[in-house]
Amino acid sequence: MTKPDPMEEIRASFFIECEELLEATQDGLQQLDEGCADSETIHVVFRAVHSIKGGAGAFGLKSLVRFAHTYETTLEAVRNGSLEADPPLINLFFRATDHLSDLVRASRDNEDVPAENGEKLLQELEQYIGGGEEDEDEPEPDIDFQPLGLSLDLDLGEAEEETQTTPRFEVKFSPEAEMFEGGNDAYPILGAIAGLGEARVQCDMSRLPDLKNLAPETPYLSWVVELTADVDEAEIASMFEFVEGLCAYSITRLDGANEATAQDAPVVLDLPMDLPPLPTPETDEPAMSIEPEPEEAAAPAPPPEPDVPAPSAKEARPTERAATSGQTAPKSVVRVDLDRIERLVNLVGELVINQAMLAQSLKSSGLSPHSDAMNGLEEFQRLTRDIQDSVMMIRAQPVKSLFQRMSRIVREASAAVDKDVRLVCEGENTEVDKTVIERLADPLTHMIRNAVDHGLESTADRVAAGKSPGGIVRLSAAHRSGRVVIDVSDDGAGINRPRVQQIATEKGLIAPDAVLSDSEIDNLLFLPGFSTASTVSDLSGRGVGMDVVRTSIQALGGRISITSVPTKGTVFSISLPLTLAVLDGMVVDVAGETLVIPLNMVAETMTLTEETLNTIQPGVDVVRVRTGFVPLFDLGHLLGYRDKQDSYVESVALLISHEDGSLGALIVDDIQDQRQVVIKGLDDTFYRAPGIAAATILGDGQIALILDPSDIISKAHDVNATAPLKLEA
Amino acid sequence: MTQDKSTDADTIELLTFRLSDQEYSLDIMCVREIRSWTKATPMPHAPSFMRGVINLRGTVLPVMDLAERLGLPRREYSDRNVIIVVKQGETMTGLLVDAVSDIITVNQADLQPPPDATSQTAPTVIRSLTLIDDRMIRVLDLPNVVAFAQSEAA
Repeated sequence: MTKPDPMEEIRASFFIECEELLEATQDGLQQLDEGCADSETIHVVFRAVHSIKGGAGAFGLKSLVRFAHTYETTLEAVRNGSLEADPPLINLFFRATDHLSDLVRASRDNEDVPAENGEKLLQELEQYIGGGEEDEDEPEPDIDFQPLGLSLDLDLGEAEEETQTTPRFEVKFSPEAEMFEGGNDAYPILGAIAGLGEARVQCDMSRLPDLKNLAPETPYLSWVVELTADVDEAEIASMFEFVEGLCAYSITRLDGANEATAQDAPVVLDLPMDLPPLPTPETDEPAMSIEPEPEEAAAPAPPPEPDVPAPSAKEARPTERAATSGQTAPKSVVRVDLDRIERLVNLVGELVINQAMLAQSLKSSGLSPHSDAMNGLEEFQRLTRDIQDSVMMIRAQPVKSLFQRMSRIVREASAAVDKDVRLVCEGENTEVDKTVIERLADPLTHMIRNAVDHGLESTADRVAAGKSPGGIVRLSAAHRSGRVVIDVSDDGAGINRPRVQQIATEKGLIAPDAVLSDSEIDNLLFLPGFSTASTVSDLSGRGVGMDVVRTSIQALGGRISITSVPTKGTVFSISLPLTLAVLDGMVVDVAGETLVIPLNMVAETMTLTEETLNTIQPGVDVVRVRTGFVPLFDLGHLLGYRDKQDSYVESVALLISHEDGSLGALIVDDIQDQRQVVIKGLDDTFYRAPGIAAATILGDGQIALILDPSDIISKAHDVNATAPLKLEA
Repeated sequence: MTQDKSTDADTIELLTFRLSDQEYSLDIMCVREIRSWTKATPMPHAPSFMRGVINLRGTVLPVMDLAERLGLPRREYSDRNVIIVVKQGETMTGLLVDAVSDIITVNQADLQPPPDATSQTAPTVIRSLTLIDDRMIRVLDLPNVVAFAQSEAA
């Protein structure tokens, strides 16, 4: 194992923070858009963008800095009231945020972002702030270290012969011990400042005591930088962003040209050693500068960066914090490695299994159900369940970030098809397992695009139908009886059922004379290779749509259903388990083995009778289910546990709804139970059996395999079609 | 890969065990634990020497019948059989054997390569041979024993 590069870690945490800041930006813009913003909202957005810029500067991400800077400048204009945030501008802000997040992601993954989009946005932004503003030409903070004039010379009185055209600053910088503890160093900061322009760095060693008095962990050095650069104070202050509160610094404009900054802090060069160094007082910062600490309030839950331990400035200015944080009081948050949580989840899984084993052995020992041991066991069971729920909650995350991504999809999709669409999100704080959220992104994107492209009518059609010209796509999440239900609905024309049936007939998916109920027609949308759009658009309509969505939802143990009302719209409803670590399973017996079948795959169970069983050709049996015939599969035979049975009368069959909408019946010996089982992954590298999804541990400590019934059935189809089964390899 | 220990002294510690009255051994560095036999859950369509999977404190451990893997006759199992849990790379595997005998220390120099003839029946699963008290002990080449199972199963 190689030791991770500390710089990489800091970089990684910067990008995590960026995600949070982008989320805050989205939130703020959303509020502005909905008109429920107060004066603080624009500040929050501004600070978030500013922090991204500051961090990006420290890592030398030039394109990110450049874009963030222009964006920030436009936001600044709104903030100080010189620009009004009208809908077109907010729309531009949304797109700028989208681009910003593209840039952040690209920088994180070291990829390139196509420049055109960014250039276009930059131009649009610059139009708002009057294009040629000087700020625009401001050099980007250049992190490439140039040789610094780092002299240890104490003489502060020289080097005044600079030209008066570019502003000159005196930057004083005294690190505190905490700064170094956090892994920060003075050199990169000085380097960054020097990178802004022409700099002369002097080290103040006056506080350095004699060697015998020297405390090794106390920083004694401070620096004075004379900077000649075409920047403003905020720009310089942003260089200290990562060490905010961990050092004392002051920025003074030397030429006095700018009245706004003339009242800057008096020069504090020799900080007396017996006083705790002052955190940057507010007066140090020019009017336009950032207020660093409310950023804590801007992000919904910003944990302090791991490399910067508890900035002392925070405690130093509690009143201001309270004033600025206002409505969004920050939650205190711990950032934990996912592996540790996984371990905890596994251990709790063990606990559940052990508890079940204990319960089983106590019962079989013939104890009275009213004995102390049994009562204690009951209590133990309750506790175990509570612990399990709490641990699962750790992995849970609000769906908010997912929904925010969707709002971008709506913006892009509606622009592409030229429709006016509004996304309404509900239940953003509903929490779902992290993995579920990650794996929901693709199917949800597809559904949202479908809703915009196919679900909603064109603006003209809407007006003709007496609806408001702007369509609404609604995305909602809610907990319902132990599952999460996510609805994607539109207020469009609803499913055009005659057309759907016609297409399905044309494509040979259904018989021409088939009589289908409304919901059966709706479900045709989930058939592979079905696409209703007459023209294939950029967005959707390649015919790989809803069946893929359904497959991915089912892979998450979920179900998807569809309801549609003509002229009122369509609702796609996804129901998901809260977590992927446990599964609702049907525990069955097959040939003496215990197997688990995911409950969401089982449509129905039935006992086979003489009347319902038919053989259509030797070896191919079907069972009559209402009006249809469903092929029968002997699970014990398919898994190689035993030979095919002669008769299936009196056997139990599980009706499995297949991904393509067809059904298959799996024959089992008996159904034991329906219960939640803890999923144990099987080691892929060692052995992967077809049709086996995972394993679980039963109450008696035995392992039971969890089946993937549709995989088994499709494999059986393949084998049936070609050659007789050969099982005993 | 498991010889770190033997490099400092020219000796190697071997765990010896019996399979159908023959004596085999494994480098002790790759042995994680020894467990008593419990019923394994069979895996469908697995090679027949794979006895299935067992619950090893919450992880799913594949168990291989070592005798059958080495081409020895298959037998019935009783409680006296044990499972040697070995770790090869990142993979844990259980090896079902008749009984564990001893831990012995041998000199690297006393290990002889197997004669070529053995490669006809069981290719390369025997790494070397050694004599202890006039008994021949076969030292297994664990990577080959396990890797063969993997490729077979894939």
